[in-house]
Amino acid sequence: MTGLPPSTGKKLGLVTDLDICVGCHACSVSCKEWNAGGHSAPLTDLNPYAHDPLGVWFNRVHVYETDDGEGHTQTVNFPRSCLHCEEPACVTVCPTGASYKREEDGIVLINADTCIGCKLCSWACPYGAREFDSDDGVMKKCTLCVDRIYNENLPEDDRVPACVQACPTQARHFGDLGDPASDISQLVERRGGFSLMPESGYKPVNQYLPPRQRKDQAVATLDLQNVPSGRNDDPQTDGFLGWIDKMLSR
Amino acid sequence: MATTQERVDTSPKVSDEVKYSTCYMCACRCGIRVHIRDGQVRYIDGNPDHPVNRGVLCAKGSAGIMQHLSPARLSGPLKRVGPRGSGEFEAISWDEALGIACGWLGQIRRTDPGQLAFFTGRDQSQSLTGMWAAEFGTRNYAAHGGLCSVNMAAAGLYTIGGSFWEFGEVDWARTRYFMMFGVAEDHDSNPIKIGLGTLKGREDTKFVSINPVRTGYSAIADEWLGIRPGTDGLFVMSLIHQLLNNQKVDLDYLVRYTNAPWLVINQPGQADDGLIARDSDGHPLAWDKTSGQAVNALLPEITPALAGTYMLADGRQARPAFELMAERYLDEQFAPEKVEQQCGIDAQTIRRIANELAHAAFEQAIELDIPWTDWAGRRHEKTIGRPVSVHAMRGISAHSNGFHTCRAIHVLQMLLGSIDCPGGFRYKAPFPKPAPPPTRPAGKCDDVQANTPLPGMPLGFVSGPEDLLVDDDGGPRRIDHAYSWAYPLAAHGMMHMVIHNAWAGDPYPINTLFLYMANMSWNSSMNTAQTMQMLTDMDEASGEYKIPHIIYSDAYASEMVSYADLVLPDTTYLERWDCMSMLDRPISSAEGPADAIRQPVVQPDRDVRAFQDVLIDLGARLGLPAFTNPSGTARYPGGYPDYLVNHERCEGIGPLSGWRGKNGDQHGRGEPNPDQLQAYVDNQCFWQDPLPESQQYYKHANGPYLEYAASMEWVPDASQIIMQLYSEPLQKFALAALGHGDFQPLEKYRERIKLYFDPLPIWYPPLEEQLLNNRGDQHGAFPLHALTQRPMAMYHSWGSQNAWLRQIYGTNRLYMHPDLAAEHDLEDDDWVYLESHHARIKAQIRTMTGCNRDTVWTWNAIGKRKGAWNLDPNASEGREGFLLNHLISELLPGKGKRFSNSDPVTGQAAWFDLKVRLRKAEAGEALSEPQFEALSPVPGVQDRPDVLRFGQQFLPAGSWRRKPKKRNRAP
Amino acid sequence: MDPAYSIIFFSSSSGAGYGLLIWLATGRLTGFWNTSPTLGMVTGLLALILVSAGLLASMLHLGHPERAWRAFSQWRTSWLSHEGVFAILTYPAALLLIAGWIATEIPNSLLATASALTIVLAFMTVACTAMIYASIQPIPRWHNGWVLPLYLLFSLASGGMLFILALGLIGSPQPPLRATLLGLLVLTWGVKLLYWRYIDRQKVESSTATATGLSALGEIRQLEAPHTSDNYLLKEMGYQIARKHAGRLRRNALLFGLAGPVIAVAIDLSVAPSALSHTIMLLGTLSALTGVLLERWLFFAEARHLVTLYYGRGV
Ligand SMILES: Nc1nc2c(c(=O)[nH]1)N[C@H]1C(S)=C(S)[C@@H](COP(=O)(O)OP(=O)(O)OC[C@H]3O[C@@H](n4cnc5c(=O)[nH]c(N)nc54)[C@H](O)[C@@H]3O)O[C@H]1N2
Ligand SMILES: Nc1nc2c(c(=O)[nH]1)N[C@H]1C(S)=C(S)[C@@H](COP(=O)(O)OP(=O)(O)OC[C@H]3O[C@@H](n4cnc5c(=O)[nH]c(N)nc54)[C@H](O)[C@@H]3O)O[C@H]1N2
Ligand code: SF4
Ligand code: SF4
Ligand code: SF4
Ligand code: SF4
Ligand code: SF4
Ligand SMILES: [Mo]
Repeated sequence: MTGLPPSTGKKLGLVTDLDICVGCHACSVSCKEWNAGGHSAPLTDLNPYAHDPLGVWFNRVHVYETDDGEGHTQTVNFPRSCLHCEEPACVTVCPTGASYKREEDGIVLINADTCIGCKLCSWACPYGAREFDSDDGVMKKCTLCVDRIYNENLPEDDRVPACVQACPTQARHFGDLGDPASDISQLVERRGGFSLMPESGYKPVNQYLPPRQRKDQAVATLDLQNVPSGRNDDPQTDGFLGWIDKMLSR
Repeated sequence: MATTQERVDTSPKVSDEVKYSTCYMCACRCGIRVHIRDGQVRYIDGNPDHPVNRGVLCAKGSAGIMQHLSPARLSGPLKRVGPRGSGEFEAISWDEALGIACGWLGQIRRTDPGQLAFFTGRDQSQSLTGMWAAEFGTRNYAAHGGLCSVNMAAAGLYTIGGSFWEFGEVDWARTRYFMMFGVAEDHDSNPIKIGLGTLKGREDTKFVSINPVRTGYSAIADEWLGIRPGTDGLFVMSLIHQLLNNQKVDLDYLVRYTNAPWLVINQPGQADDGLIARDSDGHPLAWDKTSGQAVNALLPEITPALAGTYMLADGRQARPAFELMAERYLDEQFAPEKVEQQCGIDAQTIRRIANELAHAAFEQAIELDIPWTDWAGRRHEKTIGRPVSVHAMRGISAHSNGFHTCRAIHVLQMLLGSIDCPGGFRYKAPFPKPAPPPTRPAGKCDDVQANTPLPGMPLGFVSGPEDLLVDDDGGPRRIDHAYSWAYPLAAHGMMHMVIHNAWAGDPYPINTLFLYMANMSWNSSMNTAQTMQMLTDMDEASGEYKIPHIIYSDAYASEMVSYADLVLPDTTYLERWDCMSMLDRPISSAEGPADAIRQPVVQPDRDVRAFQDVLIDLGARLGLPAFTNPSGTARYPGGYPDYLVNHERCEGIGPLSGWRGKNGDQHGRGEPNPDQLQAYVDNQCFWQDPLPESQQYYKHANGPYLEYAASMEWVPDASQIIMQLYSEPLQKFALAALGHGDFQPLEKYRERIKLYFDPLPIWYPPLEEQLLNNRGDQHGAFPLHALTQRPMAMYHSWGSQNAWLRQIYGTNRLYMHPDLAAEHDLEDDDWVYLESHHARIKAQIRTMTGCNRDTVWTWNAIGKRKGAWNLDPNASEGREGFLLNHLISELLPGKGKRFSNSDPVTGQAAWFDLKVRLRKAEAGEALSEPQFEALSPVPGVQDRPDVLRFGQQFLPAGSWRRKPKKRNRAP
Repeated sequence: MDPAYSIIFFSSSSGAGYGLLIWLATGRLTGFWNTSPTLGMVTGLLALILVSAGLLASMLHLGHPERAWRAFSQWRTSWLSHEGVFAILTYPAALLLIAGWIATEIPNSLLATASALTIVLAFMTVACTAMIYASIQPIPRWHNGWVLPLYLLFSLASGGMLFILALGLIGSPQPPLRATLLGLLVLTWGVKLLYWRYIDRQKVESSTATATGLSALGEIRQLEAPHTSDNYLLKEMGYQIARKHAGRLRRNALLFGLAGPVIAVAIDLSVAPSALSHTIMLLGTLSALTGVLLERWLFFAEARHLVTLYYGRGV
């Protein structure tokens, strides 16, 4: 397919840990805050103080409940933003070239100066990562904070996406997923990270880490059978009173 | 083919200047960096060096800009001109506003200062407001703790000399087993999240959440126990039962650090029964097995007995507290099988959890190579840790049995030896304090005199009936009835009763209600609809309002503003000085004390003043001694910053601990430093003084730490702080109820005191449930529990004016288990009527499996009064959103004189005792009930934009996206 | 998908216009049916008006209509660009074709080329429109082999109705053509019925389980959407039509799109031309166009986007 760089130098992206995401929305709001004044400024909000507020957001946090049919249910918080896919149709459908994938790092961006606002790219994204700013008349989306991660006006430690910096549980990680040796790739490897809707063929760069197995069964080292359930009320033997009768010193 | 890349400026200028401060989008006190560009706030992020949040920021904190720019900001002082509640105001000058306030307040102070009720809400300046009230001379002062979580504070302070809330923390890095009781978010918002993030990554660590609802934190717990509300006490006592049965308790810890070995007098029927046996110097006694006699229990190296009945020198019998405790909880009534039904947690699980606790505490014990020295000067080579930790909050406290339940949790912690040890729950300075702290409340009958300060602080800790604030007839002395026989340990006051009592003139009418930062005509009151009526109710005879004057300080057009006679508009948190003081709510961690300030990062563009400045100004105008020089001039003409630097609570101790002394080289204690605030500003607006590792654990018994704490005035002296497994103050009340002593309750209180004052934690069903069940005809009429939870991205009512946050939580649903919904023929999105013994509301439902089957719940404080907060009257918060508060009565069910819907020990508001029934609503308009007339806009608030383009101003000059758009209205 | 009126109008109107051009140009090229100057002028201009109105409507749908020219730039990769390019190229060919009826000096060979080009380009434009939709993988009800033939058939059928109406009005009824049209109508709606059958039974590989990757935990259901307020995604892609409502509309679409025109053409075929028969044909044509609009509306309204999986809906 043309329109996409044949390969990208890096595959920068995010990894979200569903095991520890508490659904606090810090990532969405910090994203909104940074990007409102950033590369895609503004992230317009219509009717901000009325009945039906409608704002542009790059990151939204869902909450799901799962049910295995055997009485085990779970609540999973689920942030969703652009996955910076390797082969995304959101780029190839674009009639103007405004939607593009960067050669150097794989970030998928929109050029606000050439976008005609046809919305086609948002149709082509199965992940719901593109939001139309009807006030500006152009499409907007997660920039992977391209104006932070290389920003020489920021201290080096801050050169990470706003959502990563804000996330209080450290459920969000940023790095080069194209480099198998990177910390983030190793993390994905270790935790069995996965892609969303792999069948789309878009090859998302961003990965998700699954909720860990819950430790809600008996801990292996404990033998429940042998734990007495009734009180030993024979004070003569080394029962309860015998036990507390041992010499203790203050 | 190549792509069409644009040229992206990857290094745009971010800001001209970065100013450090402290967030105030909630009370967590995270450090922030405010990036300012062209004089405007471009961006706020977390301060990576800050001890509280270490660089992270929550959703609320990230939305600070929208709070700062809210169109609901008040813009100048207001005087009511129409009827109260009509919202008819006139904008007035500050001179006039202060003149009016001084007129009302001066008159009161000259006659009866008790006629002023001064209550504050979400603020962090209680050491100032408390002192101001004391100087004014009224006992009718409190912050909002009574409606918030005084059960946690009181249970903690009477038991372990510290508490959950934000005053202690889990050793996140080392704990192996973490139990969270009834927490949705809490004050330590970011620290908890940071902690959970670390803890969850460890394979060997387990996180159990006990909560009727599985959202947020509970969602990531390894195990979620969907307990039936109000039954945690039983659950914990059952765990204790199991641990005792299995002999899995840390006896050494109990003997060294708790009063488990103290001898309790065993003289049934006598006035001293159940009191601690003491020697002639008042020292508690323990039975020393080595010497075979009762000895001073505070001595080191004794070998105290934990069981047995002993004869004291005077012939009285006594038994160690431990034995009484063991006897109680070993009783079969606490066997897992006996409680499983009520708790909704099966016996097998209870037993397993108890075993897991024991396993973590005793088989996974930690030994750190940190030598430390105890209170008796003994050196310990290792620091032992029992890596079991607990955090508990309003799911425990907001029940009328919360005090005892919280105490039970602390007892569990003591039994496991896991308080202030590695891997356990740890105190933050200035805690631990003696249990209970030695300050008693001021405000006895003679304490309140015209033109005279109170002889002490209005809030404190009663140690027995003699400390109560009651009149000669045994009736309440405070307007909120705190420290009366009805709520003896009401250490934080009872703000939720002030409006009701002031309206009812019970125990006396007041003249002026002075409120600060509390939305009392809406989400922070129970029985909201009638509260609004009480605020506007007139005295037939005089034609005056029953509460004649209401002065209110808010920064925004909240629901409460419309009910004020005089509105003193505050700044936003980015426009003023503030202080998170060691005297109040510091930012300390278990590693050491820390405090912080807030600095004005931008100047207000409206005629508003920081409330603290105003309060200090009022203090001077009224001639309150602490705020005036002997010559009568203002003591702190520079307002709050002046006060922060120059006020001394006692010699060398002031609001801020850092950079004291003339040269700014002293910490904790030292003369005022005129450049202190600059030093804070230069140091990112916080100060911290990490304790040496050897003083970071076992602080209650750590000699060098206790000496340091005493030198800082955090504790009266360096003696060991002994945890009160057995609480003598409670027994004193119980004895009084049994007819002993000089101070006895009136008959109407006697039974209550007998029932609810017990030196060992007890469990009883929440009071509302008891009373409803006792009303024979109504048995089972209100089968469900109704709760609220805090949404992580909203702060009470004040987030709804925030253009970003209100998109996330713009309305709320009533959540319930699908089985419950099915029982009522309900599906998602249906509307229901929810009825309590008191009122009825209408709400829209959503089902979820992560919900206890007998429970319905909703997000707190999302529902808004139409027209408030300068929102469009049609906004979803007012149309579909609803408030559970309407259903919650401030009084218990019954007739005649009724007790407050509160914990009978502490007066803590029992929000979560609410019982309801459910009925499907006929299809109709999608409108919640009740609905009230829309509030009229408060004069001076800005126009609400229909399109918000925040951020466009930071685009490069000339960008088309910067140009004003033609369309100003949303399509 | 949100059935935005501008887009529905665009593809219906331009589809009919291109169809009409194809009928006209085919007549001119092959001489199989009468293409008098009046007919040529009237239908030719009508076709261009329909096409232009459609294109204009689609431009108005853009956030930045003034930048519409940029839409040609990705002519190698984007179906929307292809469509734009073909749409633009159709104009000179069609104009030349129409000019042929006025300017008789234009050589026939050139006109034949223009006719042929008009046919091909109009066909390609409609095909591109179809492909814009058919290429959208996240919308399974569009991303299938039925969409391309359907767009072409509807274009030919609705253009055909207009053409036959015009032929009748100028008194050149061309019965075989009308019979062909009858067949075409039946074929078009037959295919549409098959399409509906297809989408009703379509098995979509993606599900909330694959969307969230949480299938190991069992059934997945959304507890809370990210925001309580609406958003662009849901407004644009979350439009949902009730099954019952859709069924009714499908029947109406058939009624207007198939039954109405078929009856009209049949009557027209079996009676002598009269004011009444012309009126009936006019009504039949309007009915056909209404049917197409309904069909197009449903094409959007019944389309489900995969993003709705994240919002706990099925696709
Ligand atoms: N049903 C139910 N009700 C509850 C609870 C519950 O769990 N369930 N929780 C209870 C608890 S624990 C609490 S603490 C209360 C909290 O209830 P409130 O204390 O009423 O808290 P807020 O709604 O945040 O309102 C505080 C007020 O402070 C104002 N304000 C905000 N910033 C400033 C400022 O900078 N200066 C000034 N002067 N004012 C400002 C706001 O505009 C608002 O009017 O609610 C209680 N109510
Ligand atoms: N984002 C945000 N943070 C806040 C606030 C806010 O408004 N928003 N408010 C601040 C304030 S004032 C306070 S007081 C703190 C309070 O912080 P929390 O203690 O977290 O307060 P709630 O949200 O009321 O949470 C109470 C929890 O207890 C559960 N619960 C109710 N009844 C029971 C019970 O009987 N047993 C058990 N085990 N659980 C029960 C509820 O389901 C709920 O999860 O949060 C502070 N932090
Ligand atoms: S997630 Fe969507 S917008 Fe982002 S690259 Fe993939 S297809 Fe494109
Ligand atoms: S909306 Fe803009 S970026 Fe998206 S496809 Fe159209 S022109 Fe390209
Ligand atoms: S990477 Fe940046 S733009 Fe993308 S979701 Fe995170 S904060 Fe938003
Ligand atoms: S900030 Fe982190 S924990 Fe919070 S919702 Fe986002 S990913 Fe989850
Ligand atoms: S928890 Fe959030 S709102 Fe509260 S102080 Fe910290 S950043 Fe601010
Ligand atoms: Mo609170």
